[in-house]
Amino acid sequence: MFHKKTLATITISAALAATSFSASAETEMVVVSWGGAYTNSQQKAYHEPYMAENSDIKIINDDSAAEAVAKLRAMNEAGNVTWSLVDAVASDAIRLCDEGLAEEIDFDTVLAAAPDGTPATEDFGELIVSDCFIPQIVYSTTFGYRTDLVGDNPPASIADVFDLEKIPGKRALEKRPIGNLEWALLADGVPVEEVYDTLETEEGLDRAFAKLDTIKDQVIWWEKGAQTPQLLADGEVVMGSTYNGRLFSVIEEEKQPIAMMWDWQVFDLDGWIVPKGAPHMEEVMKYLKFATDTQRLADQAKYISYGPARASSAPMVGQHADLGIDMAPHMPTNPENAKNTLLYNYEWWADNRDDLDERFQAWLAQ
Amino acid sequence: MSTAEALVTADGTPLKVSLARATRRSKIRALMLVVPLFVFILITFFIPIGDMLLRSFQNELVGDILPKTVKALENWDESSGELPDETVFTAMAEDFKVAAENKTIGKVGLRLNYEKSGFSSLFRKSGRRAKKLEPPYKEAFLEIDKKWNDLEYWRIFKRESAKFTKSYYLAALDVGYDEAGNIAMKPEEKQIYLNLFLRTLKLSLLITALCIILAYPVSYLLSTLPANKSNLLLILVLLPFWTSLLVRTTSWIALLQQEGVLNDLFVWLGIVSDDGRLAMIHNQTGTIIAMTHILLPFMILPLYSVMKTIPPSYMRAARSLGATPLTAFVRVYMPNTVAGIGAGSILVFILAIGYYITPALVGGTEGTLISNLIAYHLSTSLNWGLAAALGTILLGLVLFLYLMYDKIVGIDNMKLG
Repeated sequence: MFHKKTLATITISAALAATSFSASAETEMVVVSWGGAYTNSQQKAYHEPYMAENSDIKIINDDSAAEAVAKLRAMNEAGNVTWSLVDAVASDAIRLCDEGLAEEIDFDTVLAAAPDGTPATEDFGELIVSDCFIPQIVYSTTFGYRTDLVGDNPPASIADVFDLEKIPGKRALEKRPIGNLEWALLADGVPVEEVYDTLETEEGLDRAFAKLDTIKDQVIWWEKGAQTPQLLADGEVVMGSTYNGRLFSVIEEEKQPIAMMWDWQVFDLDGWIVPKGAPHMEEVMKYLKFATDTQRLADQAKYISYGPARASSAPMVGQHADLGIDMAPHMPTNPENAKNTLLYNYEWWADNRDDLDERFQAWLAQ
Repeated sequence: MSTAEALVTADGTPLKVSLARATRRSKIRALMLVVPLFVFILITFFIPIGDMLLRSFQNELVGDILPKTVKALENWDESSGELPDETVFTAMAEDFKVAAENKTIGKVGLRLNYEKSGFSSLFRKSGRRAKKLEPPYKEAFLEIDKKWNDLEYWRIFKRESAKFTKSYYLAALDVGYDEAGNIAMKPEEKQIYLNLFLRTLKLSLLITALCIILAYPVSYLLSTLPANKSNLLLILVLLPFWTSLLVRTTSWIALLQQEGVLNDLFVWLGIVSDDGRLAMIHNQTGTIIAMTHILLPFMILPLYSVMKTIPPSYMRAARSLGATPLTAFVRVYMPNTVAGIGAGSILVFILAIGYYITPALVGGTEGTLISNLIAYHLSTSLNWGLAAALGTILLGLVLFLYLMYDKIVGIDNMKLG
């Protein structure tokens, strides 16, 4: 097909132009991640120590993780993959694995064992949700609220998010069905074990949407993680869901009058995938062994408040590198915060996402 | 006529031939000058867009990955009310073994999942166990997942194994297949796109109209003020034009939100109460205000350049012949600016109909446009076929409106400067 060739020519010439500037002997690995504070935490915890030990490797950060799945598919069609390593959320990783766009990983040979000798598969445990996906962090989508706007009655449970009488005012929720439907059912009194079975039925789905209907005109829907902290800081909403790391920085670093409500925080995973046909495969595997070991995962938590994915890293989490505060209480995995938690049922969403996205979009437009 | 034949040039060739040769040479030279641009546009514009549009009906994936099954399925009568026979299951087992080895089975699952929920896990699960499958295959597959017992899955499987598909266009028009496989409107709670097309058209027209109303006096001022003042004013028009789109959009959020500058001002002036702050953003109002502001320069500039060419003596002549200022303006000045209005309107309208960053940020749920859904299907749901179908429909719509415009107003009337 002609489009493959043209695309390939364009990417090849672009790649040639790029390499002609750096004709040195070192290997350049393009690592794709989310940019901002997150890439910074990886740079400090993984990239810099690794490059200090391996002077022949140069790691180049590319901040386009948000479009990574679409771009990887285009690169694959053009037959020219230029990325060595990509940071992806678990659901995207599963999808990339399904499409054959990511390499399968033999966890126990590629990854380092824990310091006490526990093999990697056991150390990561049930967080290995795909054969292609090496988890790095556990992050959660949870609620922040304005302490000065809720009075003496701060939100304490997910039901309060749907309670306009107890807490009047606007809320920010993510513009997608994932998470919101689960929360709606939990707030409506469905036990957590039955959430996905309930969503499976037409009545259950109607029930979830009906619960969302009760607050629909008081919701501002966000698409980017930075929106909720901004809306909270401006006082546009009294509470809103976002990633816990974003809330940490707006509370602890910017000292805004905001507090966390951890009830039924939704866990999600973020980690590495190796694109199929990635350049410098051997070096990438060496790098992965280093960057996902127990110490490195614990180090990352010094720079950002996301929980390390290895069980063995948890006791090693220390203090924030700049603020000097203990990071453990800010981890979503901290027992105090993790009384009620939900881990996405990835398999279920992979099946139902297309259908429910459509229904959700239509519901929004009504 | 014989005299014409007699005309020859100095070297004896007939004049006609010589002339044709000379013009051909200059034509080729002109063509050569255009070639680089033409090739550039071909490679960066027409080929990628054409390739994307083809995806709206191309559907080779299933047949490429599961060739034997697709062939075997041809003999299955979907209206028989019975499952396909063992030959289909045998072909499928062979295909699945190869596809599981090549890691391509998940792709088929994802593709078919667009048609019905459940295909994704069905194929992933079956692919994982394909290696251990033993005959009789029918029972083996049914044991893996009872969905293989469901005729609807088989009907969709067969339908979408054809080389070309209608399903993307149907989905883009809120039409789908019902459980029996007939084409029908989707249930109301799943209709999205038709409303969005309508909303996009309506809002684009409204924004174009607002731009005309706002831009006309500004352009008039620009073209009639003395040069030193009009240059200053022109810079004021161009400055936001040069500012980043995202910066301008987020500034509107700061201005319009409920705790924002404008609302604070209204409360301070006592126009609204503190509890009754106006909702001017995250809804259609927000989209209209922000897009009108962002697209305004595209209306001002063509209008200005056309107004600049209208000699002031026209108006003076009209006045001296007894017209009132209003008559002179309506009958003499305005008709002269139609070309500028036409050019500005086309620019603004076509830009508006494809806008997506601004509505995504300030539009909330009722201010998003069709392009937001196209972007969503390109980068998030990865349903490129549906994105392509929506894009093709949008392109067709714009071309149709362009032709209508040409018919009614006349495209030759347009003037950019």
